[in-house]
Amino acid sequence: MDIFIELFSYDFFVNAFLASVLAAISCGIIGTYIVSRRIVFISGGITHASFGGIGMGYYMGINPLLGAAIFSILSGMGIQLFSSKGKVREDSSIAIWWSLGMAIGIIFVYLTPGYAPNLMSYLFGSILTVSTGELWLMLALSILIISFFTFFYRTILYISFDEDFAKTSDLPVDRFNYLLMILISLTIVLNIRVVGIILILSLLTIPQATANVLTREFGKMMFYSVGFAFLASFIGLLISYFADIPSGATIIFTQVILFGLVKLLAFSFKIGQKAP
Amino acid sequence: MKKLLEIKNLSAGYDNNIVLEDISMEVFAGDFIGVIGPNGGGKTTLIKTILGLIKPTSGELIMHTSKTNIGYLPQVNQIDKRFPISVFDVVRSGKAKTSIFSSFHKNTEEKEKAESLLDEMGILAIRHKSIGELSGGQMQRVFLCRALMNQPELLVLDEPSTYVDNNFEGELYLKLKELNEQMAIILISHDVGTISFFVKTIACVNRNLHYHPSNIITEEQLTSYNCPLQIITHGNIPHTVLKLHDEHEHHGHIH
Repeated sequence: MDIFIELFSYDFFVNAFLASVLAAISCGIIGTYIVSRRIVFISGGITHASFGGIGMGYYMGINPLLGAAIFSILSGMGIQLFSSKGKVREDSSIAIWWSLGMAIGIIFVYLTPGYAPNLMSYLFGSILTVSTGELWLMLALSILIISFFTFFYRTILYISFDEDFAKTSDLPVDRFNYLLMILISLTIVLNIRVVGIILILSLLTIPQATANVLTREFGKMMFYSVGFAFLASFIGLLISYFADIPSGATIIFTQVILFGLVKLLAFSFKIGQKAP
Repeated sequence: MKKLLEIKNLSAGYDNNIVLEDISMEVFAGDFIGVIGPNGGGKTTLIKTILGLIKPTSGELIMHTSKTNIGYLPQVNQIDKRFPISVFDVVRSGKAKTSIFSSFHKNTEEKEKAESLLDEMGILAIRHKSIGELSGGQMQRVFLCRALMNQPELLVLDEPSTYVDNNFEGELYLKLKELNEQMAIILISHDVGTISFFVKTIACVNRNLHYHPSNIITEEQLTSYNCPLQIITHGNIPHTVLKLHDEHEHHGHIH
């Protein structure tokens, strides 16, 4: 127990703990939407495209996260625009934005004079160096997402389940699709510091897969996902601290182990439903 | 009879591919129209245009009823069967038109309505199951409940008999006949033999639309409507009343 008291006396550890709570909230909820709607690949595209913004931020001397936010929102819109208006197949459209963003990022990082010191922390995450300012942003995002999903729970559920039927019900489908795309982008960008561009997709899919073992209801899946995301992030954080290994990778590893355990338990005790 | 909607010289399609060309049609209260035609002939495009999901490239669609007064049952294969949603929530989504803030209303009336519909269809017991756990017949019943949530004036069904067993198919059509006393129905089917027993009129869609003001249709007429369909029926569903061209004097039972 003493070791916990000692750990929580360090500011950086408290920050890391809070970051894992806030990351679990935003990723748990948004990830449930992403997984249910089968737009994981789009989210992967947005994530990697945001690297262009990070590189540009470095080059222009602005906050890389701001650049990343702009790039991810633009790529989210771009993917939809390319495939709906430009008649590009959706998966091709995703790949174009995905690689374009990465390419722009690499070029700008190369052009930036001197060495980009914490570039690695954007690629692989660094939960132990999350700043208080970033925590405030993550808190604001979590509150925004919780309120949005509470206010519009049924609308989001109905649109996600059957978009055509929602349109015949006169629900504002397009507007919600864009709003949710912006929330996805913001979630990705603000959680990049926790697990990094390369690994963020896991926070948006693995806790949800674990939750899906136990429930087939959208609302419950969000709650369980937040829980599993937090549990794995916190355990991963502790392991990475004591074993002195990279935090982002350890957190993901813990997510997968947790998924395997839950799946195994569910299988042996026949919890959860049969696959259709 | 109240006119619900009219279609005037309408063309529609996807990109540069015209699926429907210069079609005209009217739907009145009390109608029970069977829409038949070959695959890719434009049956689904026709009802998606009526529902406002596809914008016509030319011509007019004039609605004399509100869009939300149309109940819609889509093709089952358009639905993601692994989506995490319960039967009860699917049915309740039929009443989503009330407001985007519906999460906050008490919705007692809505819940009661959903329960009574589920009860009527004999599937109240499975209301907490997720849709992925249902059989084909149960799923169609759930989507029928959803389509009826708003007490529609017009019910539009796209192939409701796919993935269901013959028993349920017969049951479904009898149910539709009963519902037809309260609302107009447009029913898409590739199985012209079965539906002609229940519908009042037939629309043949194959790029063009030919309206046939009776439920008795001969193969000759189908051919002249440019609607190449095989007239067959199977199973223990009520028999067809299709006329064969060489059996003009009596209704042939075709197997």
